[in-house]
Amino acid sequence: MKANSYQNQPDERGHFGPYGGRYVAETLMPLILEVEKAYNAAKEDPAFWAELEELQRDYVGRPSPLYFAKSATEELGGAKIYFKRDELNHTGAHKINHCLGQILVAKRMGKTRIICETGAGQHGVATATVCALFDLPCTVFMGATDIERQAPNVFRMKLLGAEVRAVDSGSGTLKDAMNEALRDWVTNVHDTFYLIGTVAGPHPFPQMVRDFQSIIGTELKEQMMEREGRLPDSLVACIGGGSNAMGLFHPFLNDADVQMYGVEAGGHGVDTDQHAASLNGGKPGVLHGMLSYFLQNDDGQITEAHSISAGLDYPGIGPEHAWLFDQKRVNYVSVTDQEALDAFQACTKLEGIIPALEPSHAFAHVMKLAPTLPKDHILVMNMCGRGDKDIFTVAEKLGVNIES
Amino acid sequence: MSRIETVFANLDRPALITFIMAGDPDAQTSMDVLKSLPDAGADIIELGMPFTDPMADGPVIQLAGGRALNAGANMNQTLQMVRDFRTDNDTTPIVLMGYYNPVMQYGAEKFVNDAADAGVDGLIIVDLPPEEADETLKAAKAKGIDIIRLITPTTTNERLSKIIDGASGFLYYVSITGVTGAASADLNAIKPHIEEIKGQTDIPVAIGFGIKTPEDAKNMGELADAVVVGSSIVNTIAESRDISKVSDQVKGLAGALK
Repeated sequence: MKANSYQNQPDERGHFGPYGGRYVAETLMPLILEVEKAYNAAKEDPAFWAELEELQRDYVGRPSPLYFAKSATEELGGAKIYFKRDELNHTGAHKINHCLGQILVAKRMGKTRIICETGAGQHGVATATVCALFDLPCTVFMGATDIERQAPNVFRMKLLGAEVRAVDSGSGTLKDAMNEALRDWVTNVHDTFYLIGTVAGPHPFPQMVRDFQSIIGTELKEQMMEREGRLPDSLVACIGGGSNAMGLFHPFLNDADVQMYGVEAGGHGVDTDQHAASLNGGKPGVLHGMLSYFLQNDDGQITEAHSISAGLDYPGIGPEHAWLFDQKRVNYVSVTDQEALDAFQACTKLEGIIPALEPSHAFAHVMKLAPTLPKDHILVMNMCGRGDKDIFTVAEKLGVNIES
Repeated sequence: MSRIETVFANLDRPALITFIMAGDPDAQTSMDVLKSLPDAGADIIELGMPFTDPMADGPVIQLAGGRALNAGANMNQTLQMVRDFRTDNDTTPIVLMGYYNPVMQYGAEKFVNDAADAGVDGLIIVDLPPEEADETLKAAKAKGIDIIRLITPTTTNERLSKIIDGASGFLYYVSITGVTGAASADLNAIKPHIEEIKGQTDIPVAIGFGIKTPEDAKNMGELADAVVVGSSIVNTIAESRDISKVSDQVKGLAGALK
């Protein structure tokens, strides 16, 4: 059944259609209900938003610019391409948006210790940053494999005062880091707040993170009206857990003429077993406190995700995306590692902007889409992170030795 | 009377509940261990359903699940273990314990039906709170399988009545805020919780998490109707792969409850 509105989810128990919910062990249940209560109270409190808005402006540098990508537009010869520049945020990605919001909620709850999981390290850096700002101890759970491939971000987190705990269990990537963070939270419920890094986990996290990220789409609406006097025709964003895409899409969900594209990490191809495309290559299941789409085998065992981008290397996706996928409101597509790598180089040369490998996936889809569209079609891509952290991975893929 | 009710009705001492992971370290060894448990003194057996992402378990049970999966364990094999066990034991209750995703992929209703037909008496699904359990609970009620509910030190009084409402078989009190195999609980800290629960229901209460030695079992047994020992038994299986060592350990635990 088609929804009447795409913006009134989730229901009071955290369901987006059949997805979402709170699939957690009983130890966490009372705490999660407390987080929900605290968040609902914060939402109604003008002082909460005033503090958050001041930080967004003065600390993060919001609003992030809306940039007309002239060279890319000319090169691709179709749609008029804009970038929403969330890579210019303090810490270099959109993750800071939900970190500030969540740490203010944690403070309202009187929590004195913050934990988080991280894949690429962007969410870990953003969390360590807000913990430094508010002088709270921070423990970051990070897969041992990811620690190896994201050394600069590990060093950043340590400089910011965070303890980075290596997770060896499973495949030593983002999903395992999330398991370990949940185990820590179960053990330290009395003083700890789990600052989740995407629109995933048990209710209210998918909703709360989306609400804090929605500033991306809200700003864009205003900027676009000012610039072009109308709404954009298409929105494009990459998807791992889906936080930047949810933030871009949500304010536009009820604008029926706005097309949306969520770009999953296709790894070596969605028809192989080496990808991270949960919607196009997975099926509904339950993990990390939510019902959503996951990569898994017939026995319900979760399978490993693969992507060139550590930030997209997660075998699941936020439950609201699962619902929008079923509703067909958003087009979910995928691009391969190689396409993302090509797009990384193209964007860097065309626009002088080094994108992170995550939005390189979005730009790879823009490169396919834009030439098929008329020149008066306005397309906006969320440039959700900068690529400095990825130059080592890219150099290795290109066969260039930059370490010696 | 169900097998679980019969156990509690016939005992004048706390029951010993032992946990092993199905298929750990391989199908045959696991089956041999399972068959040896009742004679060694286990009153009820919890059989773990292996899962790749056991978020409420400590390293010992995580590794056990990994070993089982590497050896080819799956839900069909777990149910087959129960069928085989039932060919010569029709009294010792078996409770399957695990996470929801493998159950969901099997089909919640089909799983409950097949489990009941195999001879399973109860289910503990760690990440399926009462709020999300409607489908499973309905199927379980129809088949006479108990859904064993977890209660923890963080459970509020308001939630306690909700949990007791849908519970049957026994209630599983998680004695610590933490994962399986962690440090032992403080007896004095959990005593008032157990009394609160027992004040609200006649359903037997088992205490689990952090119970390792016969002495732990004895102490916890004074508070409750049953004690659950998991990680330390699983550890013995991992280290020795020797059924007689597992039996000796279980005998020691059972002896402490006499």
